[in-house]
Amino acid sequence: MLKQIEGSRAVAEAVALARPQVISAYPITPQTHIVEDLSAIVKRGGLGACEFVNVESEFAALSCVIGASAAGARAYTATASQGLLFMAEAVYNASGMGFPIVMTVGNRAIGAPINIWNDHSDSMSMADSGWIQLHAETNQEAVDLHIIAFRLAEQLSVPVMVCMDGFILTHAYERVDIHTQAQVDAYLPPFEPVQMLDPDEPVTMGAMVGPEAFMEVRYLSHHKQLQALEVIPQLVDEFRAQFGRSSGAMVAPYRTDNAQTVVVALGSVNGTIKDVVDDMRAQGACIGSVKIGAFRPFPLAQIREALAGASRVIVVEKDLALGLGGIVASNVRMALRGLPTPVYTIIAGLGGRPIPKASLHKAFDGAMRDEIEDPLFLDLDHKVIDRELARMKEKRRSGPIAENILREMGLVGHKLG
Amino acid sequence: MTQRVRFYQTGTFTIGNRLLDPEKRTVQATQERSNSLTSGHRACQGCGEALGARYAVDAAMRACGDNLVCVNATGCLEVFSTPYPESSWQVPWIHSLFGNAPAVASGVAAALRARGKSATRVIAQGGDGGTVDIGFGCLSGMFERNDDVLYICYDNEAYMNTGVQRSSRTPPGARTATTQAVGEHPGNSFNQGKNPALIAMAHEIPYVATASVADLHDLEDKITRAMSISGARYVHIHVPCPLGWGAQPCETIKLARLAVETGLFPLYEAVDGEIVKATPIRSQRPVAEYLGPQRRLAHVMKDEEALAAIQAMADRNIRRFNLLKTDAEA
Amino acid sequence: MDKPFAITLDIGTSLANHTGSWRTQRPVYIHRLPPCNDACPAGENVQGWLQRAEEGDYEGAWRVLVRDNPMPGVHGRVCYHPCENACNRGQIDTTVGIHAVERFLGDEALKKGWVTEPAPETGKRIAIIGAGPSGLSAAWHLRLMGHEVVIFEAGPMAGGMMRFGIPKYRLPRDILDGEIKRITGLGVDIRLNEKIENIEKLLKSDGYNAVFVAIGAHLARRTEIPARDAGRILDAVSVLEDVEAGAPPPLLGRRVIVYGGGNTALDTARTAKRLGAKEALIVYRRNREQMPAHEFEMEEALEEGVMVKWLSTIKEIDHDTFKIEKMQLDEKGWPQPTGEFEEIEADTLILALGQVTDSGFLQKLDGVEFDRNGVVKVDERMMTGYRGVFAGGDMVPAERTVTNATGHGKQAARHINAYVNGETWQPGERHELAGFEYINKWYYTDAPHSVQGVLDMARRQSSFHEVVQGLDETNALYEARRCLSCGNCFECDNCYGMCPDNAVKKLGPSKGFAFDYDFCKGCGLCATECPCGAIRMEPEPE
Ligand SMILES: Cc1cc2nc3c(=O)[nH]c(=O)nc-3n(C[C@H](O)[C@H](O)[C@H](O)COP(=O)(O)OP(=O)(O)OC[C@H]3O[C@@H](n4cnc5c(N)ncnc54)[C@H](O)[C@@H]3O)c2cc1C
Ligand SMILES: Cc1ncc(C[n+]2csc(CCOP(=O)(O)OP(=O)(O)O)c2C)c(N)n1
Ligand code: SF4
Ligand code: SF4
Ligand SMILES: [Mg+2]
Repeated sequence: MLKQIEGSRAVAEAVALARPQVISAYPITPQTHIVEDLSAIVKRGGLGACEFVNVESEFAALSCVIGASAAGARAYTATASQGLLFMAEAVYNASGMGFPIVMTVGNRAIGAPINIWNDHSDSMSMADSGWIQLHAETNQEAVDLHIIAFRLAEQLSVPVMVCMDGFILTHAYERVDIHTQAQVDAYLPPFEPVQMLDPDEPVTMGAMVGPEAFMEVRYLSHHKQLQALEVIPQLVDEFRAQFGRSSGAMVAPYRTDNAQTVVVALGSVNGTIKDVVDDMRAQGACIGSVKIGAFRPFPLAQIREALAGASRVIVVEKDLALGLGGIVASNVRMALRGLPTPVYTIIAGLGGRPIPKASLHKAFDGAMRDEIEDPLFLDLDHKVIDRELARMKEKRRSGPIAENILREMGLVGHKLG
Repeated sequence: MTQRVRFYQTGTFTIGNRLLDPEKRTVQATQERSNSLTSGHRACQGCGEALGARYAVDAAMRACGDNLVCVNATGCLEVFSTPYPESSWQVPWIHSLFGNAPAVASGVAAALRARGKSATRVIAQGGDGGTVDIGFGCLSGMFERNDDVLYICYDNEAYMNTGVQRSSRTPPGARTATTQAVGEHPGNSFNQGKNPALIAMAHEIPYVATASVADLHDLEDKITRAMSISGARYVHIHVPCPLGWGAQPCETIKLARLAVETGLFPLYEAVDGEIVKATPIRSQRPVAEYLGPQRRLAHVMKDEEALAAIQAMADRNIRRFNLLKTDAEA
Repeated sequence: MDKPFAITLDIGTSLANHTGSWRTQRPVYIHRLPPCNDACPAGENVQGWLQRAEEGDYEGAWRVLVRDNPMPGVHGRVCYHPCENACNRGQIDTTVGIHAVERFLGDEALKKGWVTEPAPETGKRIAIIGAGPSGLSAAWHLRLMGHEVVIFEAGPMAGGMMRFGIPKYRLPRDILDGEIKRITGLGVDIRLNEKIENIEKLLKSDGYNAVFVAIGAHLARRTEIPARDAGRILDAVSVLEDVEAGAPPPLLGRRVIVYGGGNTALDTARTAKRLGAKEALIVYRRNREQMPAHEFEMEEALEEGVMVKWLSTIKEIDHDTFKIEKMQLDEKGWPQPTGEFEEIEADTLILALGQVTDSGFLQKLDGVEFDRNGVVKVDERMMTGYRGVFAGGDMVPAERTVTNATGHGKQAARHINAYVNGETWQPGERHELAGFEYINKWYYTDAPHSVQGVLDMARRQSSFHEVVQGLDETNALYEARRCLSCGNCFECDNCYGMCPDNAVKKLGPSKGFAFDYDFCKGCGLCATECPCGAIRMEPEPE
């Protein structure tokens, strides 16, 4: 059924259609609307015996969901940013123990400085935690991915993070096709846990493993991710068959035919990128783009294949590995290892900084001339940076950079005194 | 409530008593006890925590007809019982993290409810560090929501698993690896620490109790009572650690008993936030008798002032919980 | 369940990890010797029978008891219970009233008619001389072993001093008769009025394989007191014997002096009271602390109105006037004359100065050696210098009590049994004493001992009814349950319950426990917390 609906609410409805049995969450912008809606659905009785547990922290939320999953329940949580970091220990624990939890991450920057707006630093910080990370480009895809995520998680006994850009998606009203319960039920069978806390068949979960077996345990987790590379396309095909829509592709090329330059990105920015590609194509540029739908497992082979024809690759990413550069770009370079293709990195949109088409266009132009810094910080205010660096050099003063910048800009001076 | 049997040779002071009615004997006295934590675990010789855990979980098992799931925080109990490839547990058991056992248990309980299996009961357990320090937020949340979980804390008064560092349950004066017996005020500071049972009571949860491995009848009664109630429940069990306390492995029970008899570890239970019973001290002992055999407190034994301060703590407990009343009064 | 590798484990798999290898010392279950058993002259397994009694299994308790002593009814009344002096419970509150429980069991057995069966006949014949406690005890044991036993008794009734010494008010005769009857019921033949003078004949012509001589000590010891015109002077043993024989009671008069400080003196004075004497005065050379009579008997006598002159000797007798000299104790505690005199009037003087053994006829036997006063020497097998002739009881050097005599009877029986089989009997290894240091006093509940009732005073002074009353079942059970079970497991489950490693296996009711050395780490908790000291830590064998 098509609905004009806020992304968060659409996701809440999709999650509800997956019939979770335990939901536990702690509020953090921009995830709040998702769990608020779910709490209402549960309270209304819309999910039968489903339990919504209001906990005291994200750490507790994921822990609660870990317990629920261990006790045989389909379990869900959602968070963002600081919340994801606050649950970090449990994030690794859930995957280490192989619990098929689904968690929505409404991607948001990480402080300090505290910032509620979108970028990918949060989910990137957990990229190697053993969770599968799927990125939605649109709210429709976000909705579809949640349905796929539950199947994927339960089929492989691995937790899945569905990442959707905070505000850009979570708070955007769009037309979304919400599935019917029958369709979802047909696609997603009831949860049958492979291991469970059951007095009739007691087991010990969460043993301490020493050097004699830890490598093997880790290898097997890695192996699960590799298995996902095969399972995800199957589930995507089945999804198409069931719902008549293509959603969840690990790698989605756009106008890459004869494209010499291919732009790679995660999430909603692909929409902007496609517009720019269209514009540039219209101007005769041989450019296309590739959306990466699954950051973990990272589909090395598919990406390599998708980029095989390109003579240069530009990665646009909303994160920054401080002291290194682009995280996605590094991953893409790994996909292209052995090939001479240059991979440029555009760091964009950190902390919610808008990514205007024009800026991208300009950056892509520069890249196509191979005249681009790498990494390029899109729309970075160099004036401010230069001033601050000069001042720092002069004063060797430490302290919060943001405060200093704002003081420079005269924005908070009167308050801070 | 423990009904002290006045005279059947040992009454209810020993684990069993062949002269008592079978229903007055403890779970531990039966051949059928679950041995929830079975042999082959790697706890130190004379470990009070290993003993306390079997006492408590066996009692819980009996109380619920073996329909039990157990969540365990990181700590000695977890480490010595479940090193791959061997588990000493004979109950469904999960270890997730150091500080999240109460939340995991809340999740287990929620799942069981959602799956229509609420007859299966949930207990969570951990050391004093896992419970009173790092897990306290989760514990408070679990209490506040009144989740149907019995939380059991095994208090050995320090972070033993990591090599005996101070916790908020470490007693004043005690030497630990992070409160060394050096300087002008050796050992742990005075006037610090927290009392989780009283804090639990402040949550007005249906049941809170303190217990000791030295008094099995009392302990089993409390676990049994706790298991008969739904909602959040807390039982705090004193379990001496020979390694961490610098005591003889054979004196674990003796020390636990002295902690009770000195008044330093008062035994009481509270319903809906109000104390309903304190177990009277049978023969009051001076604190020095308890501190003396513990190497972690050797320097305190030489310090009159510190000794007096600790005695004052004991005396305060005795007053506060009315521990010297007779059985008849009780 | 499809368990993930290594993180999820099968339950109970740690049983593969044998932590017993950590051990440097191991606990072992042992039996330590309870102080009561150690102190009992009859070698009773006091703790053993109390344990049965605690369970309310009185017959079982009685059966354990009579393995060592055939006369619990008698002993429960007249034994001076050294067991109770040794009892560890005395260091907690008051000692266990062992004698009272023993008496209860003895009386129960008589009421219920419990009996035991002898072993198959061995064909060996044993002659016993004297049907006092020593002879009766030996007879019981030898008969149970399957030997033919004949007791030759010079007197008209069996019992020895139990009958002709100890007054009825302390030992009712139905009890004594009942317990003797149980012995004869086993097939022991008691031939009354047969005084034996020739022992060699028994061995050489009458076909006995061994002889046990237990003739006691009956001849009253005399003392020289200058007497101008002696009034009535009697000896205690004869007075008591006459009372027992039922003949017209001896005429003692209104005022009676009993000379001596032993239990016999007390019994005589108390008997005199019962026979109508208005005054019964004991004259004794030393003071109360030094008196050999037991404190409780003194107490009872005083209650009944018996009077005592301490530190006094009779210097002269002039008809019914007795000149008494005051004594003083010197530094060594010996009484010394002071030269201070007083005179007392009395109708009768009864001498209670002890007895000597009438063992002259044994001098005919080659090799038999004697001590002072006719006491016969025996070796560690209780055999006299003459092969095959054993002796025990009052006639050998030992404390003269019913219980000692009974113990000698048992010991002699074992040696005789071995002797007739051409063997020697070796006592089993003695267990280490279960001293109070092995008692973990915490575990025992507080329980003051139960008090036995006494007869009202009027009847105590005028009749021979039993003074001290028995315990009813409730009290006997209570008293038995005060026992700490020193040194011997009583299945309190402490070790089973308190082992942090589940390394104690409970074998089931009355089967005790076993250590599982596969898992025992040797922490020693069980040994520390065993209430009664039945576990010992031993160095781990190499
Ligand atoms: C008044 C009194 C009170 C006592 N009270 C107590 C008491 O309360 N508690 C206690 O423990 N002890 C008491 N005793 C001591 C106790 O009675 C004796 O120690 C005990 O009876 C000794 O036992 P026995 O078998 O060696 O000798 P006896 O009891 O003296 O028995 C010896 C038997 O051998 C018989 N006999 C002797 N010569 C011959 C022979 N040639 N042929 C055949 N038969 C012979 C005698 O007739 C007698 O029956 C008391 C003694 C007296 C005198
Ligand atoms: C988040 C986290 N911090 C620290 C640790 C290290 N650690 C493991 S067990 C432990 C101490 C446990 O102490 P306590 O809970 O009192 O249990 P005990 O070992 O004394 O029984 C610590 C500090 C950890 N595992 N996880
Ligand atoms: S360190 Fe202490 S708590 Fe840990 S196993 Fe040893 S005795 Fe038990
Ligand atoms: S307490 Fe029992 S075993 Fe110990 S000495 Fe007394 S009677 Fe004997
Ligand atoms: Mg601890």
